[in-house]
Amino acid sequence: MTTEVVKEKIRTFIQGYIQVPELKDDEDYFASRLVNSMFAMQLVLFVEKEFAVQVESEDLEISNFNSVNSISGLVARKNGVGHS
Amino acid sequence: MKIELTPAQAEAQQSFRAFVDAEIMPHADEYDREERTPPEVIRRLAELGYLGATISEQYSGRGMDMVTFGLLCEELGRGSISLLSLLTVHGMVTQALTKWGSPAQREHWLPKLATGEVIGALGLTEPNIGSDAKSIESSAVLTGDSYLLNGRKKWISFGQVADLFLIIAQCEGKPSAFLVERKDPGFSSKPISGMLGFRSAMLAELHLDDCRIPSENLVARVGFGFSHVIGSALDYGRYCVGCGCVGLGQACLEASVSYVNKRKQFGSYLREHQLIQQMIANMITSIKAARLLNYSAGYLKDTGDPDTIMETSIAKYFASQMVNRVAQDAVQIHGAAGCSSEYPVQRYLRDAKIMEIIEGSTQIQQIIISTYGCMKLARKKRTKT
Ligand SMILES: Cc1cc2nc3c(=O)[nH]c(=O)nc-3n(C[C@H](O)[C@H](O)[C@H](O)COP(=O)(O)OP(=O)(O)OC[C@H]3O[C@@H](n4cnc5c(N)ncnc54)[C@H](O)[C@@H]3O)c2cc1C
Repeated sequence: MTTEVVKEKIRTFIQGYIQVPELKDDEDYFASRLVNSMFAMQLVLFVEKEFAVQVESEDLEISNFNSVNSISGLVARKNGVGHS
Repeated sequence: MKIELTPAQAEAQQSFRAFVDAEIMPHADEYDREERTPPEVIRRLAELGYLGATISEQYSGRGMDMVTFGLLCEELGRGSISLLSLLTVHGMVTQALTKWGSPAQREHWLPKLATGEVIGALGLTEPNIGSDAKSIESSAVLTGDSYLLNGRKKWISFGQVADLFLIIAQCEGKPSAFLVERKDPGFSSKPISGMLGFRSAMLAELHLDDCRIPSENLVARVGFGFSHVIGSALDYGRYCVGCGCVGLGQACLEASVSYVNKRKQFGSYLREHQLIQQMIANMITSIKAARLLNYSAGYLKDTGDPDTIMETSIAKYFASQMVNRVAQDAVQIHGAAGCSSEYPVQRYLRDAKIMEIIEGSTQIQQIIISTYGCMKLARKKRTKT
């Protein structure tokens, strides 16, 4: 899966949960309080199912989840691809 | 699409049902009156592997799929909602550790929780904080290689007997999760009695007075105690409660059917009166609807689908409201007998009310479901235009 495909999937998922006309890849939706508390676990399940990776305790950094770019970076690292 | 239990699930359901009929139903009213669950009943749940139902076999659990586990919750809920609540809170701790525990925490605690050597409970609610759980006031401060916890936790199911508590406290100003053992210095519990329902769930208030725990008892990272650790525990708890409501509704229905078949008024059995038929028909239909919502939530859990979180919230919301209507009708059908200790339906009605308060009250579910629905629909509209 190319980085662009990964990002597109992430964008589509996140836009199902937040009300913004357009989501920029570096936009921090946690900081802008666009999401509710259940979104955190929905996001974990999405990443695990969609990209077949296991999100673990040591991955719990806001900077791994707060934008399209950061999730795409996490997925790449989890797949051993290095930072994209 | 195929909505059907697998042969293994159907077989498991039969064995859960037989256990509840033989060992729980005959005693549940007595435990309710005595406001206690005898230790031998907890041991029996452990022997049958029910306390480790969803823990993986690697850690001595039964490794059940979530649909099968839902069937277990339904059957236990039919027998005793208080007893189901043990499975709920114990399971919330195991779920949190399975998902977010460190390898050392998992290795140490999961086998003990699976076999019932250790009983787990969840300490989130406080005297001043309930629904707004992120704002808990208990605190945890790192001092050297231990955390010092201070605060009070209230309404903690099985808090009188549990050995291990998953406690949420503010650490560095952020909600964080910790494992606290009953034997830890500075921990004490005070029994709570006289509740409306859940009377044999052995509730307690927990006191943390400079309670010292090793620093490795932090679960996940500081600041992720509510969003992730409680996030996964609550999803699990809501599923147990949703399925338990179906079981409780089924118990109301079964008691009502038995009563209308034996009680006569105006020269005919109650079952022949059309207004009674209306109540029975509504019970049957709404219980079935709630069961299907739970099956859907369970199936989505088994497939790892993120939609399971909302489906579980919807199932819990619907099932807990449903069971309140059903339990009211069950008492109505029994008349004065239903208000007495001769029949279990008065217990069912009292327990039903609790189901609308725990694991996110009806109003909190309404907020969650409507916020989510409005976003989804707004998005659909945007993508169309
Ligand atoms: C039998 C029993 C067992 C329990 N077991 C446990 C346990 O094991 N562990 C644990 O941590 N807790 C436990 N609890 C506590 C339970 O989780 C809380 O009761 C629940 O979260 C609600 O909090 P509260 O009671 O403080 O009510 P509050 O949060 O004070 O709410 C009071 C009322 O206001 C409504 N309300 C609150 N906020 C809003 C809003 N924004 N909009 C509209 N309405 C609102 C609520 O729905 C409710 O009707 C238990 C409770 C009971 C009754």
